[in-house]
Amino acid sequence: MTVTAARPSAPPSPQPIVRASPGAAVSGAATVLVGAAGVALGVAAITRPLAALRVGWLLPLAGVSFEVTGTAGLFMVVTGAVAVAAGCYSVGYFRHAKTAMATLSVLPLFVLTMIGVLAASSVTTLLVMWELMALVSLVAVLSDHHHAAVRDAGRWYAGMTQFGFLAILIGLVVLVHSGGSESLSVLAARAGAAPSSTRDAVFVLTFIGFGAKAGLVPLHVWLPRAHPAAPSPVSAVMSAAMVAVGIYGVVRVDLQILGPGPRWWAMVVLAAGALSALYGVLQASVATDLKRLLAYSTTENMGVVAMGLGAGMLLADYGHPVVADVAVTAALLQVVAHAAFKSLAFLAAGSVVAATGQRDLDHLGGLAKAMPVTTICFAVGALGASGLPLGAGFVSEWLLLQSLIHSQPGSGTLLAVVMPIAVGVVALTTGVGVAAMVKAFGVGFLARPRSPGAALASESAPSMLVGMTMAAAACAVLALAPAVVAPALRSVLSATPQAVGVASPHFGVLLRLPGIAGSLSPLLLAAAAVVATLAVAGATAVAGRSRRAQCRAVALWTCGGGPLSERMEYTATSFAEPLQRVFDGVLRPDVDVEVTHVGASRYLVEGVRYRSVIVDAVEVRLYRPLLGAFETWAGWVRRAHSGSVHLYVAYGAVALAVVLAVAR
Amino acid sequence: MSGPGVVGTVAQVAAVAAGAPALVGAMRQVRARLEGRAGAGALQPYRDLRKLLGKQQLVPEGTTVIFAAAPAAIAGTTLVIASIVPLATLASPMDQAGDLFAVVGLLLLGTVALILAGLDTGTPFGGMGASREATIAALVEPTILLAVFALSVPAKSSNLAVIVANTVRHPGQVLSPAGALAFAALVVVIVAETGRLPVDNPATHLELTMVHEAMVLEYSGPKLAVVEWGAAMRLAVLLGVLANLFVPEGIAGTHAGVAGTLLGIAAITAKIAVAGGLLAAGEVFVAKIRLFRVPELLAGSFLLGVLAVTASYFLGTRPA
Repeated sequence: MTVTAARPSAPPSPQPIVRASPGAAVSGAATVLVGAAGVALGVAAITRPLAALRVGWLLPLAGVSFEVTGTAGLFMVVTGAVAVAAGCYSVGYFRHAKTAMATLSVLPLFVLTMIGVLAASSVTTLLVMWELMALVSLVAVLSDHHHAAVRDAGRWYAGMTQFGFLAILIGLVVLVHSGGSESLSVLAARAGAAPSSTRDAVFVLTFIGFGAKAGLVPLHVWLPRAHPAAPSPVSAVMSAAMVAVGIYGVVRVDLQILGPGPRWWAMVVLAAGALSALYGVLQASVATDLKRLLAYSTTENMGVVAMGLGAGMLLADYGHPVVADVAVTAALLQVVAHAAFKSLAFLAAGSVVAATGQRDLDHLGGLAKAMPVTTICFAVGALGASGLPLGAGFVSEWLLLQSLIHSQPGSGTLLAVVMPIAVGVVALTTGVGVAAMVKAFGVGFLARPRSPGAALASESAPSMLVGMTMAAAACAVLALAPAVVAPALRSVLSATPQAVGVASPHFGVLLRLPGIAGSLSPLLLAAAAVVATLAVAGATAVAGRSRRAQCRAVALWTCGGGPLSERMEYTATSFAEPLQRVFDGVLRPDVDVEVTHVGASRYLVEGVRYRSVIVDAVEVRLYRPLLGAFETWAGWVRRAHSGSVHLYVAYGAVALAVVLAVAR
Repeated sequence: MSGPGVVGTVAQVAAVAAGAPALVGAMRQVRARLEGRAGAGALQPYRDLRKLLGKQQLVPEGTTVIFAAAPAAIAGTTLVIASIVPLATLASPMDQAGDLFAVVGLLLLGTVALILAGLDTGTPFGGMGASREATIAALVEPTILLAVFALSVPAKSSNLAVIVANTVRHPGQVLSPAGALAFAALVVVIVAETGRLPVDNPATHLELTMVHEAMVLEYSGPKLAVVEWGAAMRLAVLLGVLANLFVPEGIAGTHAGVAGTLLGIAAITAKIAVAGGLLAAGEVFVAKIRLFRVPELLAGSFLLGVLAVTASYFLGTRPA
């Protein structure tokens, strides 16, 4: 098969679309406006306290009340900035007339409800906004509902998000009952007086609920389904901003309102984070669907964030407030950095999907020449996601490692056991994460096209490129000058009980940590690396130039097997095969080898069929039995509904008797 | 930022850049003599580099700027590392800009550049080498971090100059169980990171066993010269760091003059030469292990790293 052979799955001929569709333009503009308003509100809240807003008539009984705190301000800036980039991008992405009106209208609403969650100052408002956010995002996920896979993803997402909502609802109702008020600020003042069993129950319930939204293992199962299913601007907003709203919930309720709590809370958060980071990164390293890979990477990153929060809680409990502060700073910076690089990666992935009609890395490749801007943008995002120097994710990871290694000997057996393990987890996560991102970029964009769709790709619409460039610029700023977010981080820390009155890390050209002999200058490092690389490249070009003839293009070495074809290339699956073998016990791939023999001889082989599917082990081992049990139980209930009116009357009589007996 | 520090840093970067090929040549010579061969002499790598630099630049079809830039990136990141780590002087002005985690990150950045170059060619060899190198790099990183974490516990800092200065003040500290375990773990990861036996054989071109050589198969002429020079520098820097973490004798302090800096250069040259000689002599006695046994070796060294950290925590709590 030649590379240029036409195939029905190839995208429509790359006709230049001169004018955006009006619906997409309006929707994109509205999203950008809402996002910009969010950024402005967030910045205002960080710089000075804002007045509260109460609308009594809007919601019966409780009313709606908003007040943007400094903590919410940071997350609001993140959400708003992601929305601006995604909104701009969506104008080009949704330019085809077939995009449904529902999809177009929910994108700005989705951003608006997230801002509503962040601004909520009472429990009722928070819950209503949370549920609205869940519903609106569900509509967005179901944009392509005519595909069975998308409907399946929607069901999983709906189930998990409602489960999470239920946990938060019960937890917060218990909290309101014990605090006697539904204002979050009043609750924060009174939560310390609540009995410890109540606080424990509220902590567990809210951590489950917010953790499900943040995609922590084992509640992550909706992420790898919903992200690939949703349109790319929606995936970007969900993965970069909505999971961050889950983290906001953990910070606001579990750290600020309930905290500081007993030691086991910290261990739960740390353990959930470590599990998510490792499991997410391992799944990402073997995933071949580009957006599924990014979704697992989100689980990994939120795991790292939770590790930072957990380590901060633990260190504060052991009386190391300064180091604890570094850990929480690391977690918050990771949220900001993740929003930048993950929205960029999802937008670039969407640009690839729009141009090639392919999400499978095994069928991509060779995009660097056809789509240079998208390629550069994805490279910037992948560099950030891999946590390497010069990338957006490096500084937060460095802070986290610093906080983990600076719990001094003698502070307790638990710390001495937990911290080395945590360092090992973070280090292994980075190592495997690099392999995953190298795979996504190297296989997806370099080499040669592995399918006709990839061969015919062309660069995306200008508005999409502008959206991606904005996110890339944010990545560059965070990588080189993280000092810009320092005031926002301080505003969160100043509202966290365990961190009050503690010197926080000093951001400047040189990042210094208070009381810790450790410093880093991302700007200097990047400058030195770039200068050294250019110097080497220049010196090589100069050395021996007089004797050298012009560059000459030559054919590649293919072991004498003729011209290189796409069948000879390494694919994402083969690239990840050694890693898959190493982590066989965790990933448990479903491998099938089928050998057909010629005639009677078992020494001659006619054909070999090899099939390898990697399923989510958590889904298979935890959710399938759970769903099975649920179905059995539902079957029993169904058996009681026989359709006989007499039986129903009997049920009514029994129920009435029970009520009378209880209420007597 | 002190004057002697800047002079010392420039001197150590220049020494690494100029001396790295000699290290590779000397190691080959040691192996050759122990195997009963005459050997090409310790200066052969310089002759190879001169030859390669004089050749015409060939551009494999279909490769992008990544393939063209990767050699410079690996050499450039190694030069930056050489300016950060305390090899000849403790007073490097770059030491503040990056600590141990930054050094490991820069090492990995160079590796990633070469992996992407291997994938960029699109040939089966490039992909194979890239895939294997990525797997090894993913497993090496945790061990390096844990091993030097163990060494950073007594010094209370992850900046390499602080750790080495602490060892200068308390030479007995590295002789602890934690130090010994960390040393063993570091030796294994340096062997893996620089592609030496038994993880990778730098002298092989057999497709079943190649890792590094498979990735760089498409390079030729001047670009190949830079790749080889960069690999030699990485070996020299890592051996130098290993030597100074455990035997920091002779390193120039913060107030050393020109003589002190020269002494520092001489000391680190001698230490790297001895370490390289020992590594080469050790290689004569081992065979390359199967690729899929490498993770077991690295897992073992990871465990050593965990033990080292735990030992430094628990043994560090005792009053001295």
